[in-house]
Amino acid sequence: MIRAPAFLSGLGRFYIGLVLVFLYLPLVIMAAMSFNVSPFYQLPFEWTTEWYVALSDNDGLIAATLNSLEIAVMTTIIATILGTAASLALFRYDFAGKRVLQALLFPPIAIPWLISGTAMLIFFFGTGVGRGLHAILLGHVALALPYVIIVVSARLATFSKDLEDAAYSLGASAWQTTRKVTLPCIAPGIVAGGLFAFAVSFDQFVVSYFLATPGQTTLPVEIYAAIRKGFTPEINAVSTIIIVFSMSLMFVVSRFFRFGGDQ
Amino acid sequence: MARVEVQNVSLTFGVHKAVDDVSIAFEDGGFYALLGPSGSGKTTLLRMIAGFEFPDTGSIRIDGEAVENVPVNKRRIGMVFQNYALFPNMSVADNVAFGLEVRGEKGETLRREVADALDLVQLGALAKRRPHQLSGGQRQRVALARAIVTKPRVLLLDEPLSALDKALRTDMQVELKRIQREVGVTTIFVTHDQEEALSISDRIGILKDGRIVQEGAPEEIYDRPASEFAATFLGEANILSGTAENGRLRLDNGLAIDLPPEGGTVAGDFRCAIRPERVHLSALPDAATAGGQLQGVVKRRSFSGSLSTYVVDCGGKEIKSVVQRGGGTAIEIGRPVELRWNRDDLVMLPAA
Repeated sequence: MIRAPAFLSGLGRFYIGLVLVFLYLPLVIMAAMSFNVSPFYQLPFEWTTEWYVALSDNDGLIAATLNSLEIAVMTTIIATILGTAASLALFRYDFAGKRVLQALLFPPIAIPWLISGTAMLIFFFGTGVGRGLHAILLGHVALALPYVIIVVSARLATFSKDLEDAAYSLGASAWQTTRKVTLPCIAPGIVAGGLFAFAVSFDQFVVSYFLATPGQTTLPVEIYAAIRKGFTPEINAVSTIIIVFSMSLMFVVSRFFRFGGDQ
Repeated sequence: MARVEVQNVSLTFGVHKAVDDVSIAFEDGGFYALLGPSGSGKTTLLRMIAGFEFPDTGSIRIDGEAVENVPVNKRRIGMVFQNYALFPNMSVADNVAFGLEVRGEKGETLRREVADALDLVQLGALAKRRPHQLSGGQRQRVALARAIVTKPRVLLLDEPLSALDKALRTDMQVELKRIQREVGVTTIFVTHDQEEALSISDRIGILKDGRIVQEGAPEEIYDRPASEFAATFLGEANILSGTAENGRLRLDNGLAIDLPPEGGTVAGDFRCAIRPERVHLSALPDAATAGGQLQGVVKRRSFSGSLSTYVVDCGGKEIKSVVQRGGGTAIEIGRPVELRWNRDDLVMLPAA
């Protein structure tokens, strides 16, 4: 690594510090206020856990949180399996229409979710799929799939086909080769793809908003509805829990799979 | 261990005939080199014997069994890849154990076979390392151990030494030969390095444009190349072309040389080859005292350690001569010389 000149490195540190402040300060304030007595962000700060107690009685918010987690986990599992399988097929085989298929995988990422959501609503309504959690799950899987395929395919691009050939030459079946050689080698890509899928689903507001019904809704939709009715510090409390949960998840995953490094 | 027989095998990729009607037999326990420039079809032929590619026509037999439609994982072969292709997610021992594990071996038998294979390649001490912690030569040995631990019927090597530096490559050639002798497995070795093919193998098949142009023992091919391509690809050769008549060859520049005894009957356009080290030089006091097969003037001179290479201008035709550097003084540039060779060392080539 090239050492930066002292003044630049000072400036750089200041800049990075600024970025971190902008990223984390609002979150820190939100977390702090979830433990503050005043519901109107008033100081001085007085410690309380009453908002967490109130949250535990807010069945709507808790149900929506569980829905969100359930859908995010299922989306992650389904999209990761389908996406990894699709990436392997694109990596291993040449078939008619492969290029068209690859070209069609990217645009959904660039299509605004508002438009995808409208289209899904109309489509699901027309085909009888309807609205509700099952529709939200279908929509989330469809949104997450291209991310998984792109991330896993990027990892596969660094994977040598010779490794699969070597496994076959040693007598391994296609399944043994996939399970013992290919999947372990691309595991960091699969985990990263899964994280994307989780984030796309857990963070999803627009598409969920179109497909949710009263009682069958997700956390972002529920929080939006709650804020429209009037802000309560329970929102701070549930948000703080989510932040801690998400950051711990990311921390654990990044410890297990050192991204970027080759091993 | 087995005999491998390739019969009239062809494979076309699109419009490109990668392998064109090749027939060759690899005897049980032999060490064969498939030698050719890139694009000659040698790797494609190897991959067909392995089972990664399937011939359009023709048959491949291993130990008498027709395998041309058997996929690679059912063929019981061992293969070493150019880039080693070690599994990065496994230790050295797990890499070697892989082929046994997928066959369902486990426990003490498995451990012993892996240990024996690693001992054979002298890597027993590194069993727990990961591939990225090994040097190029060590990776090569692991790849070899992994390929032979399953007791394959035939061992296939795809330019396995090309990624190593020269000194290490020479060591590995000796090592590879030792291991092959010890295991006794029929071995087919693809290379574009002619020196490697000459030093390592019992027999060499030379490929060009998807065809085998010559097959035989290294000395045989070197001494008696069957074509100009074989003569120039395997080692260096002076090619002399001209018109044959009455046992002599009149070169294109008007000079004439004697053909070997069996050349008495040929007539018309003809080509001969002679190896530079079979061309002997001696300096003449002046151009008038002619002798030898040809006379000329030293044009260039270079030396590489124990050898000197002279390029002699014989009436416009350049002829190379390689001589062992002894105690005598070198012949200086511009000096008239005579060139001598044994008539039997002149190889007659078929008309191009």
